[in-house]
Amino acid sequence: MTKLTDLTIAEARAALEAGDTTAVALTEAHLAAVDAHEDLNAIITKTGERALEMARASDDRRKAGRRKAGRTRGALDGIPLAIKDLFCTEGVRTTAGSNILAPFVPPYESTVSANLWDAGAVMLGKANMDEFAMGSSNETSAFGGAVNPWTRAGDPETRLVPGGSSGGSAAAVAARLALGATGTDTGGSIRQPASFCGIVGLKPTYGRCSRWGIVAFASSLDQAGPMTRTVTDAALMLGAMAGHDPKDSTSAPVPVPDFAATVEQGIAGLTVGIPREYRPEEGLSPEIDAMWTRGMEMLRDAGARIVDISLPHTKVALATYYIIAPAEASSNLARYDGVRYGLRVVDEGDSLHDMYRKTRAAGFGTEVKRRILIGTYALSAGYYDAYYLKAQKVRSLIARDFRAAFDDGVDVILTPTTPSAAFPLGQEVTDPVTMYLNDVFTVPTSLAGLPGLSVPVALTGEGLPQGLQLIGRPFDEDTVLRAGRALEKAAAFTAKPTLLEG
Amino acid sequence: MDAPMDDTPAPAYVIRGDTGDWEVVIGLEVHAQVVSQAKLFSGASATFGGAPNSHVSLVDAAMPGMLPVINRVCVEQAVRTGLGLRAHINHRSVFARKNYFYADLPQGYQISQYELPVVGEGTVILDMPDGSSRAVGIERLHMEQDAGKSMHDQHPTKSFIDLNRAGVALMEIVSKPDMRSPEEAGAYLRKLRSILRYLGTCDGNMEEGSMRADVNVSVRPVGSTELRTRCEVKNVNSVRFVMQAIEVEAARHVEIWEAGREVTQETRLFDPGRGETRSMRGKEEAHDYRYFPDPDLLPLEFDDAFVEGIRATLPELPDDKKARFIQDFGLTPYDASVLVVDRREADFFEAVAQGSDGRRRDGKTAANWVISTLFGTLNKRGLGIDESPVSAENLGKLIDLIADDTISGRIAKDVYEIMVETGEAPDRIVEERGLKQVTDTGAIEAAIDAVMAANPDKVEQVRGGKEKLLGWFVGQVMKQTQGKANPGMVNELLRKKMGLLDA
Repeated sequence: MTKLTDLTIAEARAALEAGDTTAVALTEAHLAAVDAHEDLNAIITKTGERALEMARASDDRRKAGRRKAGRTRGALDGIPLAIKDLFCTEGVRTTAGSNILAPFVPPYESTVSANLWDAGAVMLGKANMDEFAMGSSNETSAFGGAVNPWTRAGDPETRLVPGGSSGGSAAAVAARLALGATGTDTGGSIRQPASFCGIVGLKPTYGRCSRWGIVAFASSLDQAGPMTRTVTDAALMLGAMAGHDPKDSTSAPVPVPDFAATVEQGIAGLTVGIPREYRPEEGLSPEIDAMWTRGMEMLRDAGARIVDISLPHTKVALATYYIIAPAEASSNLARYDGVRYGLRVVDEGDSLHDMYRKTRAAGFGTEVKRRILIGTYALSAGYYDAYYLKAQKVRSLIARDFRAAFDDGVDVILTPTTPSAAFPLGQEVTDPVTMYLNDVFTVPTSLAGLPGLSVPVALTGEGLPQGLQLIGRPFDEDTVLRAGRALEKAAAFTAKPTLLEG
Repeated sequence: MDAPMDDTPAPAYVIRGDTGDWEVVIGLEVHAQVVSQAKLFSGASATFGGAPNSHVSLVDAAMPGMLPVINRVCVEQAVRTGLGLRAHINHRSVFARKNYFYADLPQGYQISQYELPVVGEGTVILDMPDGSSRAVGIERLHMEQDAGKSMHDQHPTKSFIDLNRAGVALMEIVSKPDMRSPEEAGAYLRKLRSILRYLGTCDGNMEEGSMRADVNVSVRPVGSTELRTRCEVKNVNSVRFVMQAIEVEAARHVEIWEAGREVTQETRLFDPGRGETRSMRGKEEAHDYRYFPDPDLLPLEFDDAFVEGIRATLPELPDDKKARFIQDFGLTPYDASVLVVDRREADFFEAVAQGSDGRRRDGKTAANWVISTLFGTLNKRGLGIDESPVSAENLGKLIDLIADDTISGRIAKDVYEIMVETGEAPDRIVEERGLKQVTDTGAIEAAIDAVMAANPDKVEQVRGGKEKLLGWFVGQVMKQTQGKANPGMVNELLRKKMGLLDA
């Protein structure tokens, strides 16, 4: 039988159902993997005891023939998962990858993680991430970045970044430390690390998953989603995570379809749009361009129609994103002031302002400070109209571009997920703009609030995984997942991370 | 039905300076705490009091990942208030974040409304003491969260924070700069408070801080229409202090302009003890609040049916009530405006004037008894109208006893005092104490005869033309009858007996 850690969620469910394994066995195997791969720094808080408790409860339920009562009827009963450390978990330290929250233990559980526990899932631990989800390499984490389990062919020594911000989640799933993980995506934070680590990552439609209990980065963009090794697993996990939450005013009161039930239905007759603006003037790397073309062929072979489309405002999306996201962040992060929870740095005789200054200086890293400064500037009197207001207008134009394509009959849009594969640790961290360019293909989707799925398609010449992105209509994740499944089948991506083979 | 309005300007409040006369231009921003069970964006209790930090939800404490959810009741209260201010209701409004750091502001921003408030322009009619009316424009009403409370006096080196108030719903009601005297500002505040209390949207308790005012003051030469630099006096918490603050702030401005200097725009604080305002922060230290639409909240949208549903539950408001009292009971505008300030007092008056049997009493008489006599009693004893020792029914009966000549006005005062002490019904008091007016001609004549017989010299003087002495005789006769004689009859019979009638 396959190693327990090599199972997909769907396979593990079947094995549990058939009595071939137990939740405890699955959980123990993954906890052992987490311990064995501490060098990846993917999990920053292990919750082994709680995991085993949850697994035992799952096994007891199964033995007694009982099912979880919630909406998902125990869809993930006994499935061990990693939770990005941006999701507040009751009684378990939640840091958002930041020193300022290093001592923070929430007395509440985020809606999305609570939904997963309701579905019977098991929490292995909290996954590493870029500080406050700001970063594309995991290197801004206050706990040191997670490491990509992949290395370049012929260069086993150079450690690569797993991408970010959900890099710990991506590394954990790729390295078989968890069957799946939650991520959050603000401008590409699920899709880019999924592509870098050779796994599947889905950013659902804005409003599909509740933001309640997720440490906020940019409220109008943040969205939780699944990170898994297969498209079907993503469908299963999304079904458990999603749902309307009255505690989040931006959560959409729409029903959650059974995504897993439709994922195999194929894409005959589907229209796939290819946006010409995703071939920037500076040129796309020939390798990625070729992979994109192969993706089109795969979808065409599966019965889809490929059409060229135009999304004219694509080139200003990145600039727009880097106004809106920092602006919201500058306000969202004001609450970390040392007054009520988290880090407090204060000396005898200090004023309130001294305490603010010292706490925030010590608590936030460079990238977070940079974005707070950018965002504060963009919202300041005299600059608001030129930056924030203009960015909002451009944002609506970007959304209109997508709407026009979908109105023209396009069902999904196919693009590369990232302009390059994973890069070495330390290579880009000194140049923020180069780092920001990682998001160039993912931010337009985020600004438009649309679902985006990254599916691993092939290895680059350097032997690194590379994903393609499928973008769909609002709340049409099932079509996106169906197309993703077709791509996955055709690509037959089976390569395993190099660090696992050693 | 609108109250009659006098378009002539109120008596000018003029500051006489060395260079000429100045007038003051006043606008008020009133923060009114919304009456609601829960806070604006959380389920925590919004009630006053409670142990520090006992009414605080995870949202109020701005814990990581917490999100605001609008409280429908607070929206209804804001719309209700807007309707009471005859204001335009915006069917779409937007919550915005006002960003600043303070220890009692957990989120690091206050959720407020900025560009699109829930209520637009409206009007408040002022009832001036001389009975005239003035209209003051309302610029807008928006909803926002209150902050918590910092306590700096609990510990030698630390400040304590109480978040009970943090997140409680406030309405900020902004007037246009339409007021021209401290009296008008006072009348505006009193009228606004009266309207809010009628609507049940704010309890109007300035002492408890559930209504606070920021006062914008500027001055200009009389006759000028320019608007000069204004100063904002923050957080004044009584009508009297608002009026005082305007007086001293306006005088300060005149002094500055007349000295050839410029008033600088700034935020000031009023110190009632010293009777002066002091600079709190200047323009250069003014916060840049970096307002932007709150991405955690959708725009607030509702339809006509929502507004009309609320309109249907509005009570009769002070202006309409006043007009009706003038119309139906023949009251003077002044009396009517005094009676309608408090809804329960107005109801009390109406119960007195209307009578439970549906028989209408003389409105002016009823108003006099309620305003001059009853309100005096309540004031003296520090009682509210709900605690009145005299019920509306009994006060009505007392008026009836005078009207049908059962007792005289003089005896009525005594009966009233007994009613205040005992709470008994006036007819019973009159019956038991034998205070019924004597209208028996024979009895009165006998008393007159006795007084005349005892004072022949005075009788002569009256007959000799000193009619003024007649009053003395009336008094003596009343004394003789323990005040029970009908004074009109005493007068008439005396004259007859003195030979002053048909002479």
